[in-house]
Amino acid sequence: MSTHVVSSPRTTGQPGQRVLRYTLNERIHHWVGFLFYLYCLITGLAFWSPYMYWLAALVGGGPTARFWHPILGVCFAVSMFWMYKMWDRDMQITEADRRWKAAIKNYVENDDQNLPPEGRFNYGQKLFFWLMFYGIIFLLLSGIGLWFVEDIPWSLRWLRYLSVAVHVTAALATIGGFIIHVYMGTAMVRGGFTSIIRGEVTADWARTHHRLWYEEVTKRQPPPGEAGSRK
Amino acid sequence: MSQATLAIKKISGHPGPVPGAGVERDYQVAKLIDTTTCIGCKACEVACLEWNGYPFTETSFDNSYQTMPSTTWKYWNLIKFNEHEREDGTLQLLMRKDQCMHCADPGCLAACPADGAIVQYTNGIVDFQQQNCIGCGYCVSGCPFDIPKFNPETKKMFKCTLCADRVSVGLEPACIKSCPTGCLHFGSKEDMSFMAESRAKQLREHFGFEKAGVYDPPGVGGTGVIYVLHDVTNPEAYGGLPKDPHIPWVVRFWKGPAKWIGNLAMLFGVIGVTLHYFRFGPKEVHPPKNGDGGKP
Ligand code: SF4
Ligand code: SF4
Repeated sequence: MSTHVVSSPRTTGQPGQRVLRYTLNERIHHWVGFLFYLYCLITGLAFWSPYMYWLAALVGGGPTARFWHPILGVCFAVSMFWMYKMWDRDMQITEADRRWKAAIKNYVENDDQNLPPEGRFNYGQKLFFWLMFYGIIFLLLSGIGLWFVEDIPWSLRWLRYLSVAVHVTAALATIGGFIIHVYMGTAMVRGGFTSIIRGEVTADWARTHHRLWYEEVTKRQPPPGEAGSRK
Repeated sequence: MSQATLAIKKISGHPGPVPGAGVERDYQVAKLIDTTTCIGCKACEVACLEWNGYPFTETSFDNSYQTMPSTTWKYWNLIKFNEHEREDGTLQLLMRKDQCMHCADPGCLAACPADGAIVQYTNGIVDFQQQNCIGCGYCVSGCPFDIPKFNPETKKMFKCTLCADRVSVGLEPACIKSCPTGCLHFGSKEDMSFMAESRAKQLREHFGFEKAGVYDPPGVGGTGVIYVLHDVTNPEAYGGLPKDPHIPWVVRFWKGPAKWIGNLAMLFGVIGVTLHYFRFGPKEVHPPKNGDGGKP
């Protein structure tokens, strides 16, 4: 059973109350994944450009970086698949997302009062999740090609080149998402960062950013049937 | 191996200028391999092992004279045999000494991310510096001749050095020294090209090999190893010598425009979110509209 709807004893939904947003399990998996991704990012950037090769020194030097990059890359893939198991249901695009997406300009400009209500995750968070999910699949497959490049026979050498192209493209795409994710999680959405560390948000926070989810977990109002429905 | 006496003109994965670039005094060196006079004795294979200090390796038998299927990290020099059927139905036993071609425009060096793991000396020799190699295998993707080979124990790449250690002290490479038929020559690229062309002309005019010619592929800027072939229009017959080798375009793009596109995209991403913060700031939490409570 997915743990996406959670209420702790403290979850009463009264103003000033706190709502459990991420379980301990979810928080741990998020941060384990983050560490693996960060390592692959630092070492990957070192291999990407001579001007960033010095980054390899931060993590033990070139050969060490090269040794761990693929191994921790596989670990990140495993961790990503775990997050998929955890959040797959919550990450499906819903009707509410489509309405929210139509008003995304208001979200970007912080005009949050003029936004259709969202569920546990908003459309942008879901996009980021699926970007990372499909990104790591491409990174994993192409990474295997790069890792065992000598085992790809000469007659199939197009696979070597394809691996390079796919790995670089997928990596850059995830980096783009990562920059936005870190920015929003730390600077832009106040309260978001503590929620993924301590797990809790204020009721006002939940109501402001994820109204449908807030109503669902606090049972303050029956969730509007269509708006909360999946697909 | 580091050759302190040789000046360096190209360095892999190197930010900024290269000490020896543009100040070359050395002439380009080249090895000439005349496949028409090779008898497949493999003296060069042995000489290479001897000079570079590698133990003899297990050979494999695949119904031909070939020592093993391909070069390995400790077997840099391999005679490739091919029983080639000519148009008139007669057989021709082709032998080609396979090793690093020492490309003027080396794909291995272009692909390598490690500062100083691959260098090109001003005399044109392309040399791997194992102490700087990180074992990533990018050079394998970059090389159009499938030459760099990985030692899984030390996690370093190896290939023919063109005996840079010998050349730097005025000796010819070990393989050249061992060849009993004189099909191998070593000297300046200019001299070797001249010699190769005259040999090809001789083959065309006096031996009936109308398509004889010199293999010095322009796609990689010419090579430091050139071949005289009986049939220069069909280099593939010589153990898979590529017809028009060039650095794979993916590798070129990856190490060229993609770098700038990617770096600018990442930079603009960071600048973009910063500007967003300056312009719009953080998101506020709104108290309920219907007044059923204040901000906590
Ligand atoms: S043949 Fe391959 S390994 Fe040798 S210089 Fe050319 S690209 Fe590099
Ligand atoms: S494996 Fe090849 S590309 Fe990678 S660092 Fe070593 S020489 Fe350079």
